[in-house]
Amino acid sequence: MSLDEFFVTGDPLILASQIAIGLTMIGLIALVTYLKRWKWLWSEWFTTVDHKKIGIMYILAGVLMFFRGGVDGLMMKAQTSRPNLEFLDAQHYDEIFTTHGVIMILFMAMPMLIGIMNVVIPLQIGARDVAFPKLNALSFWLFFVAAMLFNVSFVIGGSPDAGWTSYFPLAGKEFTPGVGNNYYAIALQIAGIGTLATGINFIVTIVKMRAPGMTWMKMPMFTWTSLVTSIIIVAAFPIFTVALAYMTLDRLFGTHFFTVAAGGDPMLWLNLFWLWGHPEVYIVVLPAFGMFSEVIATFARKNLYGYKSMVFSVVGIAFLSMLVWVHHFYTMGNSASVNTVFSLTTMMIAIPTGVKIFNWLFTLRKGRIEFSNAMLWSLAFIPCFTIGGVTGVMLAMAAADYQYHNTMFLVAHFHYVLIPGVVFAVFAGLYYWWPKMFGFKLSEKIGKWHFWLFVIGFNLTFMPMFFVGLDGMSRRMYTYSEGLGWEGWLGFSAVGSIVMAAGFAALCYNIYWSFRYAPRDIGNDPWNARTLEWATATPAPHYNFAKIPEVTRLDPYWDMKKKGETGLKKSDLKPVHMPSNSWTPIFLGVAFGVVGFFLVFEWFTLAIISSIGIIIGLVANSFDYDEGYHIPVEELEEEERAWRGDLK
Amino acid sequence: MTAHTSANVPLEYQTNQNQMNILGFWIFLGAEIVLFSTLFASYFVLEHNTAGGPVGHEIFILKDVLIETFLLLTSSFTCGLAIHAMRNNSKNGLMFWTIITLLFGLGFLYMEINEFIHYIHEGATIQTSGFTAAFFTLLGTHGAHVSFGIVWIALLLIQLAKRGITQVTARKFFIASLYWHFLDVVWIFIFTFVYLKGMVM
Repeated sequence: MSLDEFFVTGDPLILASQIAIGLTMIGLIALVTYLKRWKWLWSEWFTTVDHKKIGIMYILAGVLMFFRGGVDGLMMKAQTSRPNLEFLDAQHYDEIFTTHGVIMILFMAMPMLIGIMNVVIPLQIGARDVAFPKLNALSFWLFFVAAMLFNVSFVIGGSPDAGWTSYFPLAGKEFTPGVGNNYYAIALQIAGIGTLATGINFIVTIVKMRAPGMTWMKMPMFTWTSLVTSIIIVAAFPIFTVALAYMTLDRLFGTHFFTVAAGGDPMLWLNLFWLWGHPEVYIVVLPAFGMFSEVIATFARKNLYGYKSMVFSVVGIAFLSMLVWVHHFYTMGNSASVNTVFSLTTMMIAIPTGVKIFNWLFTLRKGRIEFSNAMLWSLAFIPCFTIGGVTGVMLAMAAADYQYHNTMFLVAHFHYVLIPGVVFAVFAGLYYWWPKMFGFKLSEKIGKWHFWLFVIGFNLTFMPMFFVGLDGMSRRMYTYSEGLGWEGWLGFSAVGSIVMAAGFAALCYNIYWSFRYAPRDIGNDPWNARTLEWATATPAPHYNFAKIPEVTRLDPYWDMKKKGETGLKKSDLKPVHMPSNSWTPIFLGVAFGVVGFFLVFEWFTLAIISSIGIIIGLVANSFDYDEGYHIPVEELEEEERAWRGDLK
Repeated sequence: MTAHTSANVPLEYQTNQNQMNILGFWIFLGAEIVLFSTLFASYFVLEHNTAGGPVGHEIFILKDVLIETFLLLTSSFTCGLAIHAMRNNSKNGLMFWTIITLLFGLGFLYMEINEFIHYIHEGATIQTSGFTAAFFTLLGTHGAHVSFGIVWIALLLIQLAKRGITQVTARKFFIASLYWHFLDVVWIFIFTFVYLKGMVM
């Protein structure tokens, strides 16, 4: 393979990115060296097993990926803003809608949510860490390496270009030669291993490590939704693992799982993909529901309305999420009776979801609502998400779906579900838990700019897509002719996307501004909140709780504040056991990345040789008998006095 | 993270961390069940798509498969004896029965590799048809699990030799035994729904 096949050449946009990536890398390395921060980075971040730091790294990576996926989106909007534009050619457009989809779902939404789960869940259940801190670090590094591997595709070797769903036969070697789709198969496989480990980790954490007294029905709603999401992860991700393995075998080793000629079946891919893909939607949306529940209860100053019905709805949604996958391909040759069954199960999901919407509304009723930024995002979520949900029910009707299938109407629908359902939640969660991570609030004033620009931009961008979709525009068209009546809508939509991007820029500026200027003396409970994560210092100390709190009811911290039981007795302090940092997670992550890269290029000898790295990492991990260390009482006392004043 | 001990339960259950590790592994086995179910389901979809290549009952040698089955089932029994020895705090017993288990595992792998070579000579490679792709992937995934298990448990034996039976090594052996029994269960399904069904249908 010659060098100009290895690097993608011939496109000025990509050349500019290659140069920019090179310069950024050199710049970052130079900066860290200049500041003499390598050791700090290694010991405080790269080898950390602290769930809060891992969460912050997830979120940081998620913001980066949001930028990348967002740029893809803006380029698509620019290309379709006028008829017959030549800004991107068809191939480049295909690559961009593929990477946009994969990155936004798997490398933006997932890490953002898992990041916030990481920061919040152990604190919210009154635990000192997750069940398997080292495995947690491994999950992060596998995700991160996979994200980098996937992202590098557009400058080295070429991007995947068969859509985020990568349907066969298109995604097979015959119709998509080159390494692009190998990146898809391998990078997502590596990320999937990490996600599965996260799922197991959080199930065990939530089942086994809750503070004494926190029974199932006293668990905060975010903890509930995270538990259910973790269960869906464990139930659904192995299906994707198998599907991707088949894809890898078909593409790299010439098997015939999905090629009709030798007895394969492309519909097998579709079924397996959506057996994972539909639950995946709920994997990302359920934690988001949990975040809204926390935020709405806090800023309405009421306990969550209909807590039990909320729990049953979440469990019901999880159950139904496994039974609806066929609705993604009603038009692909199922019998009418099969379509009817999946139509019904799909519409049934609207019932528990509707229950949740009404619960949020009733929580607001007669509440003393404070319009903080976190609350604004939650309030905007309800109507926007409802539009997504109602159009979803329209799509759920199999007969009607023949009209909408693969049109822009569908694209508008799932953006109305995923942006309010996930992105708004992530923003709400970031504003709400930012102090918990960093010890200061994001500016409420700049946050208003962020909010209004993004919400208005979002509606401007995606509302017109419903109408061009109904006017017959199918998805993934890179251009169109004049006179179809679409250009007005799409021009409008392109302007909207710029407004939305301005909103994202406002968020970035807000982070920068707040880091520099926001006041630091906000106390441990800046929002007058209800759950346990606020019962300790803000930002949380590395040991989380000096003494594990005891829970007697729902919203335990609210209760403690009412009873004046937030203090800490000196006699309650005991040495705290902590896990040690470890180099194996990052080492294993990188080793998986190297092997993955060689596999993408089908350099099997190199892949086999470098897999020694994975073996070394696993063996080292098995022989690691480190039992952690203890924080002495004196140190705890000092840290607790620093924010509590005197101890009782 | 605390190391509460309670004496009335087996050694491997005595700390909270160990209990969590074992629970976590059970959940992992749940994920493995989903993984193998998907492989089985795909096999059932593709098993008749032979595309002019060999059909299952033309190439299966039931005698060899039966030997594989006995090797693996016996290894599960000796694996149980190993854990029994561990519960009796007999390091040598644990060591002995684990080594026997691994030998049975190696015997199984030897037979399976020979079986695969036989199929390839018969003209059934993984690239031949939808049927062979699904067949080799299902069998290969199980075989890869067995191989991984053998290496993993061999590493545990080194740790056992160095450290004796402690709370940590006991937990590791217990988890490895869960894994080993699980592979046995999967094999029973393979034996029934791939080989026997393939011979009959």
